[in-house]
Amino acid sequence: MEYNRMELMICLASRFLEDESLVVVGTGAPCAAAMLAQSLYAPNLMIMFEAGGIGPLLPSMPISVGDSRTFYRALAAGSMPEVMETCQRGMVDYTFLGGAQIDMYGNINSTMIGRDFDRPKVRFPGSGGANDLASFCWRTMMITVQDARRFTNNIDFITSPGYLTGKGAREAAGLPPGSGPYKVITDLCVLGFEEESKRMQVESIHPGVTREQIIENTGFELLWSPDLLPSEPPTAEELKILREKVDPYRYIIGRN
Amino acid sequence: MPEQDFSLKEKKEVVYRPAGSRRLFCNPDADAAREYFHQKSRRKVDKTTTVAEAVKRLVCDGDYIGVGGFGSNRIPTAVLHEIVRRRKKNLGLAGHTATHDFQILVAGGCINRCDAAYIIGLEARGLSKSARRAVEQGEVEITEWTNAALAWRYKAAAMGLSFIPARSMMGTDTVKYSAAVEMECPFTGKKYLALPALYPDVAIIHVHRADVYGNCQIDGIMVSDYDLARAAKKLIITTEKLVPEEYIRRDPERTVIPYYLVDAVIEVPFGSYPGNMPYLYFSDEEHLQEWLQAEQEPESLEQFLQKYIYGVEDFWGYLNLRGGLARLSSLMQQENLVEK
Repeated sequence: MEYNRMELMICLASRFLEDESLVVVGTGAPCAAAMLAQSLYAPNLMIMFEAGGIGPLLPSMPISVGDSRTFYRALAAGSMPEVMETCQRGMVDYTFLGGAQIDMYGNINSTMIGRDFDRPKVRFPGSGGANDLASFCWRTMMITVQDARRFTNNIDFITSPGYLTGKGAREAAGLPPGSGPYKVITDLCVLGFEEESKRMQVESIHPGVTREQIIENTGFELLWSPDLLPSEPPTAEELKILREKVDPYRYIIGRN
Repeated sequence: MPEQDFSLKEKKEVVYRPAGSRRLFCNPDADAAREYFHQKSRRKVDKTTTVAEAVKRLVCDGDYIGVGGFGSNRIPTAVLHEIVRRRKKNLGLAGHTATHDFQILVAGGCINRCDAAYIIGLEARGLSKSARRAVEQGEVEITEWTNAALAWRYKAAAMGLSFIPARSMMGTDTVKYSAAVEMECPFTGKKYLALPALYPDVAIIHVHRADVYGNCQIDGIMVSDYDLARAAKKLIITTEKLVPEEYIRRDPERTVIPYYLVDAVIEVPFGSYPGNMPYLYFSDEEHLQEWLQAEQEPESLEQFLQKYIYGVEDFWGYLNLRGGLARLSSLMQQENLVEK
């Protein structure tokens, strides 16, 4: 069955969300992945939005993490402190982040390009809630296209913490132990983090993609899992639900 | 199991280390805030006024402001436009998911400093070119925070304290460009971040209903407005509708802002336009795109502001230019007939 890279990434991400867990999502691909997971793999996955929406029956894709869709027929219309404190208390299992740059420890830049803070070459929105979610949620994921400018150790600003400088660095900095980056799902492969070094490692390669292609599109040295697998392509059922139920207007999957 | 005792028994030297090097714009001192709140009026009087009058009386050049809602949702647009129209200068802003609100104030040249968690962007809609230009050219002095950090800084102030400990931001550049302080937990010895209380000079919050004294109810998510309303020294409320006090008294558990916090109440129907107002009307995405387009060049932005803000008397004028009731009615349908 034909699919585009956005559909592939969303389907792969949806499989990592376990049933009966809590996830904080933003707009776009993460929200689509969580909705798809709810339909197929994790009917009791509980979706939360940082502005306060808790357990909505999403009628369509939100355009803001605080718009009324995020608490449409919800279990609770909460608040920012309510959701963030639930994260800080250790009750939120998953979150998804985005950014302009990511390094081999999963540190993410969504603040600026350039080295002079007062005169950035390019300024982005900044953390929003991303740093908080990356600090508190047990497993942080990222859905992103992969290229060598984006995947770089020459990161201009660490907005949100990955494993910082390696194993033990999060804890030494004061972040809650046991939390951190979990998977990075790209258009080329799925990456995890090697246990001892906490560096990014390739876990599965998408159909039709070569190792060389992945290396070319990464600005740092990658590790390769000893259990390297081919990625399972989207199933007909996943694509049907994604296209007909989750994103019928192709707001996200049309952005390929 | 023996009964445990977790109390502190030995004397301990406390170390505080600056974790961020940027400017702290607002005084976090709780006693300074108490002094202000001591003299704040408790009179339960009719506080209804006009947007123009409230801005003239309560928003001074140089004030630090906090805006309720969430960037493009339940925002007090009428007051933000009036601040631009009156050409207020050198305002500070709490950039707690500040999207369309930030865009308006920066377009008007009103902001010179900002505690930034999320600025410049309009979430899934894209980035504001004019806001970006202002920050990249150093026109707005920035201190970095996160959404939770700003929410908790309001909370510390709402509690009448000068700081609150938190566990995010640590280890990142976000904390280096903040004004937070690293400290040890006195009970566990663990590393925490001390976030300074944020007492804004003025907060502006749009609500679903209020009485003339300022007792307010909000439907849907609260975002951080429960604490913002309590943290702010002066509080301007715009409300979709004014209701009798008796209406409030029928459902007291729904009152999130009691009158004694409030300095001005203005009835502004459709007051969050072009933002979303939960259960009432959806955001006008077409118009938000028009904003982003107009910002491509300074000249087109100036014409745009002239048309929609400087060139109209008040918020009614803006709504009428945008298609008036016919347009608003379609946004009401978008909000309420979402499953159609």
